[in-house]
Amino acid sequence: MDFNDTPEENDFRLEVREWLKNNAPKEKKAGGYDSIDVQESALARARDWQAKKAEAGYAAITWPKEYGGLGGSSIQSVIYSQEESKYNVPTGFFDIGLGMCIPTMMAWATKEQNERYVEPALYGKEIWCQLFSEPSAGSDVAGVRTKAEKDGDDWIINGQKVWTSGAHFCDFGIIVVRTDPTVPKHKGLSFFFLDMKSPGIEIKPIRQISGGSNFNEVFFTDVRVPDSQRLGEVGEGWKVALTTLMNERLAIGVPKSADYSSLTQLAKDVILNNKPAIKNDHVRAKIADWYVQSEGLKYTKMRSLTSLSKGETPGPESSIGKVVSAPKMQDLASFAMDLQGAAGILNDPDMSLMHSIFQNQWMSAAGYRIAGGTDEILRNIVAERVLGLPQDIRVDKNVPFNELADSR
Amino acid sequence: MNFDFSEDQKLLKEQVSRFLTDNCPIEVVREVLEGDDFYSEKVWKGLVELGLTGTTIPEEYGGLGLSPLELCVIAEELGRASAPVPFSSSVYLATEAIKLFGTSEQKESYLPKLASGEIIATFALSESAMEPNPDNIQCTFSSGKLTGTKMPVPDGSYADICVVVVRDKTSDSIGMSIVDLSEKGIQKKSLSTLDQTRDHAEIIFNNASCEIMNSSGDGWSDVQQILDIAAVLISFEQIGGAEASLNMAKEYALDRFAFGRQIGSYQAVKHKLADMYIKIELAKSNSYYGAMMLNDNGSDLKIAAAASRVAATDAFNFAAQENIQTHGGIGFTWEADTQFYYRRSQVLGLSLGSIASWKNKLVTQLEEKNN
Repeated sequence: MDFNDTPEENDFRLEVREWLKNNAPKEKKAGGYDSIDVQESALARARDWQAKKAEAGYAAITWPKEYGGLGGSSIQSVIYSQEESKYNVPTGFFDIGLGMCIPTMMAWATKEQNERYVEPALYGKEIWCQLFSEPSAGSDVAGVRTKAEKDGDDWIINGQKVWTSGAHFCDFGIIVVRTDPTVPKHKGLSFFFLDMKSPGIEIKPIRQISGGSNFNEVFFTDVRVPDSQRLGEVGEGWKVALTTLMNERLAIGVPKSADYSSLTQLAKDVILNNKPAIKNDHVRAKIADWYVQSEGLKYTKMRSLTSLSKGETPGPESSIGKVVSAPKMQDLASFAMDLQGAAGILNDPDMSLMHSIFQNQWMSAAGYRIAGGTDEILRNIVAERVLGLPQDIRVDKNVPFNELADSR
Repeated sequence: MNFDFSEDQKLLKEQVSRFLTDNCPIEVVREVLEGDDFYSEKVWKGLVELGLTGTTIPEEYGGLGLSPLELCVIAEELGRASAPVPFSSSVYLATEAIKLFGTSEQKESYLPKLASGEIIATFALSESAMEPNPDNIQCTFSSGKLTGTKMPVPDGSYADICVVVVRDKTSDSIGMSIVDLSEKGIQKKSLSTLDQTRDHAEIIFNNASCEIMNSSGDGWSDVQQILDIAAVLISFEQIGGAEASLNMAKEYALDRFAFGRQIGSYQAVKHKLADMYIKIELAKSNSYYGAMMLNDNGSDLKIAAAASRVAATDAFNFAAQENIQTHGGIGFTWEADTQFYYRRSQVLGLSLGSIASWKNKLVTQLEEKNN
């Protein structure tokens, strides 16, 4: 039992390390996609870095060589990310496009289409977004109401999508729409890719409870899409969407957040019952609980990486990450604010202890418990796919979509 | 990256699992619960014949000379079967104590007999409901004689020898000693406990002969070292027990219908079972690290042992109690097998002291590490 690389893995790590040393940008702050107010210069730096990576084959390590990948293994991809994370490289602009959209294209688009779209995406010249969620279709994403109607060789799209990351700087998008409301929910969907600069598309930022803006609403008014941009058969869009969603499970995580060590730091600085909070048994027990959760997740990841290293698919244990880490983010932040007493409500980084990290984390954690699968949906997934328990009874399964209680 | 047990260790695990499936089905556990036997002698003898009592005993003393990792996989299967045998007392605690702190004569005298199953050993620390600490240990050692009371001592009614944590009267320090429990001046009384499939006794020593063991110079830290080793190993038993509980709950949730559908199709039940799974996986991952530290004698052993203990106790306690809840009324009957894991979860969870205390120990270790 150890955490060491195999000799082959170590060779690859050294190769990557050397390449990063010679090529990674030297700027102190690279600027990732962490807010909707993207500076053109940040995007330009990200595109440059992406092109460099693509040239070297590191932009998509597991993709086949014919698509510009390295034809490498998942563990090589992990090793690259570990090494890259030591540098201040721009991140976040291409993850959805290359992690979800382009893999869907590779699985469903024509050879000619892939020849046209894959390479520009890989080199960061064109950016892609995913248009699935709607105001009335969140966890139940197959309940989308945005509709597409056939008009000659085109389809006309009307409706609204929501929570679309990066829509305002994206060139293309993949979208799931309803093409037949007279059949049951899953059977009336079709799937397209489209030009985000098409007439009739309007993009508005969403303001979150944290005050920040990371996502958009996208409105479609008579947006024309050629039938040649349909992926999969008419009415079989759900099948295509599943390809995307399978990749989403791999792409969505929770960012590094204040953890037991930050809480320990805070507990040394604040007073509780006339002594430093760190001397309080209740506080210590809480720190221990969160330590055990964090370490549990860390070593669960090591178990999954071990499977990858052996060329196996990681076991179902890899599915517990977000359902543990997102509530932990929230609970730990809430507890840390409690330790600050009445001043725990301060959200001014200049006045609040530890520059408001706990207050900010508490606000954003509420979103992480929802994004990419709510706590509840993730528990359903563990229960159904890992433990083999039956699906919930679906009252909408055999009913035409336009006859459902809440459909208009 | 190789954070997993080896193929050989997995084979051993399967072998132990097969042996227990064939020889220690839940009926055997029930026989011990309902009968007068302190343990299942048949299952114990089988484990001895497989050589498992000598797993980590060096070959020169007649053992298999394997690593603690082998003990981890064995422990997981014993926990899954809720096996009514003195493995944790005799192997994880007493044998490890003698290996680490026995004099060479003591090792020569006891280790071969422990390996061959000729004797069963146990370990006695607790004396009352007061958490033991270096100041309140009352059992005293003086001129080769031991006086005082230990309780509850696991498997104390029938073990042959016992490693006893004592106060050395001459130096007023904590130490460990070995007592032959068949000697004069020893009174044993079986106790009524939550889990009668694992015997516990009160043992009163009245000027009983005993042999003092070696010490690093800080006897209390020697005792903690033994507890840390046992914490990792017992955490694997807890994981096995928790997985068995989850499995039992899952089977029942698939079989049982209420309001016209399987109860396992209701989210309230699904989420409960998902939570059991999540706790078990977190425990497993912590315990894997504990196992690695134990095997490497790594610098994080104390932290990893406490983390294994905290996570695995939480997982087993939760899984065992929610298994009964998933079964509903039938799970509360004497006939149901849910009780074995419910009982065992508390015995394992409390055997090395309270979780509140382990959490405190964990944070203390973290503070020391980061200072």
